[in-house]
Amino acid sequence: MTRKQRRGLVIGLGVGLLSVAAILMMFAFRQSVVFFHTPTDVAEHKIAPGMRFRLGGLVKAGSVVRGQGTKVQFSVTDTLQAVPVSYEGILPDLFREGQGVVTEGTLGPDGHFVADTVLAKHDETYMPPEVAKALQEKGVKLGEGATHPEAVTQ
Amino acid sequence: MIIEFGHFALILALLVAVAQMIVPAWGAHMRDERLMAFGAPAAVAQVALVLIAFLSLMYAYVTSDFSVANVAANSHSSKPLIYRISGVWGNHEGSMVLWVLILAIFGAAVALFGRNLPASLKANVLSVQSSIAVAFLLFILLTSNPFERLDPAPFDGRGLNPILQDPALAFHPPFLYMGYVGFSLAFSFAIAALIEGRTDAAWARWVRPWTLLAWMCLTIGIAMGSWWAYYELGWGGWWFWDPVENASFMPWLAGTALLHSALVMEKREALKVWTILLAILTFSLSLMGTFLVRSGVLSSVHAFAVDPERGVFVLAIMVLFTGGGLALFALRARDLAQGGVFSPISREGSLVLNNVLLTIACVTVLVGTLYPLALESLTGAKISVGAPYFNMTFVPLMIPLLLALPFGPLMAWKRADIAAALERLVAAGLLSIVVFVAAFAVTERGPWLAPFGFAIGVWVMAGALSETAFRIKLGSVPLNESVRRLTNLPRSAFGTMLAHFGVGLMVCGIVGTTGYKSEEILLMRPGETKEIAGYALTFRGAAPSKGPNYTETIGAFDVTRNGAPVTHLEPSKRLYDAPPQPTSEAGIYAAWTGDLYAVLGDQQPDGAFAVRFYFHPLVRCIWIGTLIMFLGGAISLSDRRLRVGAPRRAGRAPVAVPAE
Repeated sequence: MTRKQRRGLVIGLGVGLLSVAAILMMFAFRQSVVFFHTPTDVAEHKIAPGMRFRLGGLVKAGSVVRGQGTKVQFSVTDTLQAVPVSYEGILPDLFREGQGVVTEGTLGPDGHFVADTVLAKHDETYMPPEVAKALQEKGVKLGEGATHPEAVTQ
Repeated sequence: MIIEFGHFALILALLVAVAQMIVPAWGAHMRDERLMAFGAPAAVAQVALVLIAFLSLMYAYVTSDFSVANVAANSHSSKPLIYRISGVWGNHEGSMVLWVLILAIFGAAVALFGRNLPASLKANVLSVQSSIAVAFLLFILLTSNPFERLDPAPFDGRGLNPILQDPALAFHPPFLYMGYVGFSLAFSFAIAALIEGRTDAAWARWVRPWTLLAWMCLTIGIAMGSWWAYYELGWGGWWFWDPVENASFMPWLAGTALLHSALVMEKREALKVWTILLAILTFSLSLMGTFLVRSGVLSSVHAFAVDPERGVFVLAIMVLFTGGGLALFALRARDLAQGGVFSPISREGSLVLNNVLLTIACVTVLVGTLYPLALESLTGAKISVGAPYFNMTFVPLMIPLLLALPFGPLMAWKRADIAAALERLVAAGLLSIVVFVAAFAVTERGPWLAPFGFAIGVWVMAGALSETAFRIKLGSVPLNESVRRLTNLPRSAFGTMLAHFGVGLMVCGIVGTTGYKSEEILLMRPGETKEIAGYALTFRGAAPSKGPNYTETIGAFDVTRNGAPVTHLEPSKRLYDAPPQPTSEAGIYAAWTGDLYAVLGDQQPDGAFAVRFYFHPLVRCIWIGTLIMFLGGAISLSDRRLRVGAPRRAGRAPVAVPAE
């Protein structure tokens, strides 16, 4: 086999596998990309019920209600709008009222967000960048480099 | 005073690095021996100065000198000594000093051990290595100075994030950086080769041990992070495809490819251009990892406190080195002489397949990690790409790689006989079929793909062993003859076998825990019992307790299996004093078949506790597998032929060297 043929074979193998990978990637993106929205987006855009997305903001003060078993209800707010969320399971250690939170799930027809994942970030001085950014875009003032949830003026 | 001394040493290190960047390369260009020889003492001086800076920062941490802003922000006087020390690199500024220290150590290693390197190659390598140091020293001094003072000094510090106060995490960053930064040496050698316009087997012989060392450190660093996430975060997950995890995983994939292609280059002088490109890309991915973590552009559990100025600076460094490296590659790669010819069915061919698959897998991870960034900057839409994407793209690419893996070491260089290789793998193939059938028969639940996964894992493990068995002629010659051959086997052959075996074991662990994990979340009152995976857990109640810098609530669980007591689990919920932050400490019992994992949740208003139980089958195989991979690397590194500075054994035909 000449060098040219060998190179052709290697390039062919590479391109072939790369296109398989590209097809897989496109296919996977279509199925597994999850969009991030704030409560105001939910109020404005009227996101279709049943579509899976991430809802982020702050846990509204005084909204956490524990129900039967490990069920819990709370509201996620961007200080302009609030969306009621229900979740069943153990909340992360850092879940607190006034704390930045990202929840993942679907919006019910009644405007109630049913979350199956709740992420509170692992550092109390850290706010998920999407949340900090979205809040800033909404004109919410954030103190101390937008990282400290308690510094949010509500 | 010591702090100012450290700061001064860091500034001096920058000046030395600038000199080391310019003088040896100029000397190599002018063919001036004396200028070239400047590189080695400069590299040693540089490492000494950075070490002084690092130690004085450590001194400030150990003595809790809160007049230093960095110490005040990240340490606390009540912290145990080990976490005051690890606190040095538990924050952005300190970890950058460690980064540069490791960079300087690698540079000095070339200076000290590279006596038999061609003078001009050594000079160029030291110059390139030092240019990286210049960039990062500037970065530290201009944007992230750890030696800044506070006036007045606060009474006490703000403390280290409690989830970082953990032995595995104390040593996770140093290993990770040794991996990241270790690839800088491959980069420097690649750039030096391009400057000189030539490479040879000696080049690859030099690059390979350093790449291997970096790869080992990165492997163990990633494994430590995964192990820590598993027991500390309280979710029992070991890998989340989190952007920052990906940031360390991409250099690992590229580094693994580099390790294998450098082999071809060393033994057969083929794949030169590709190996050089891979060396540039591997370090570029390391730089990108640094950028992703430091700039805060990605939402991640690992993100450091964000400062846009720093992000831009690291981005500039990354663009400069990646762009510069690739531009030089585009200009000069054509000059590199072509190497040996080989047939597609050969050791070289199998290593090419390995490289193609690893590189493409790395691309899929890269796309998945960067796509949210690209989409946000183009359309403003915020998205997250989760585990399903990576399971659908990365995993399918790994399957052919794992299936082909046992063939690689059995192939001869240049031209191999695939039927002969297949013959030697018959036993491994039969064993994996048996495992496949058994897994199907024994497990009544779990995904139908899982038995295939086990079969692949066993195939890789048995394949690795078969190769060694073939080489010592096990069964075809008397046993003591086989033993004699075994003891005479080059260590690098052992290393290969162990590393590949580790991969197989890790695959089994991943399949076991992903496919057959069981989980229970419930409320429990004292005296209640819950069964999971054959274990009965009885809740005995929860009691408060006090640690050195935290208070905790410890839940007590009695574990029995078929009525016989097994163990006690004591998961706890801690509240740290500084910063006041809660963490969950999981209670874990490691059985042969898997881990029993208990987490104590919040107490409900009616007095019951939310608890979470997991059973993770075979999960420990993941970390044991990576440990075996690390050991394989270490044994291979101790091989005479690879040992740094060992004279090259001459007069051996390539065919007679079936090692690796």
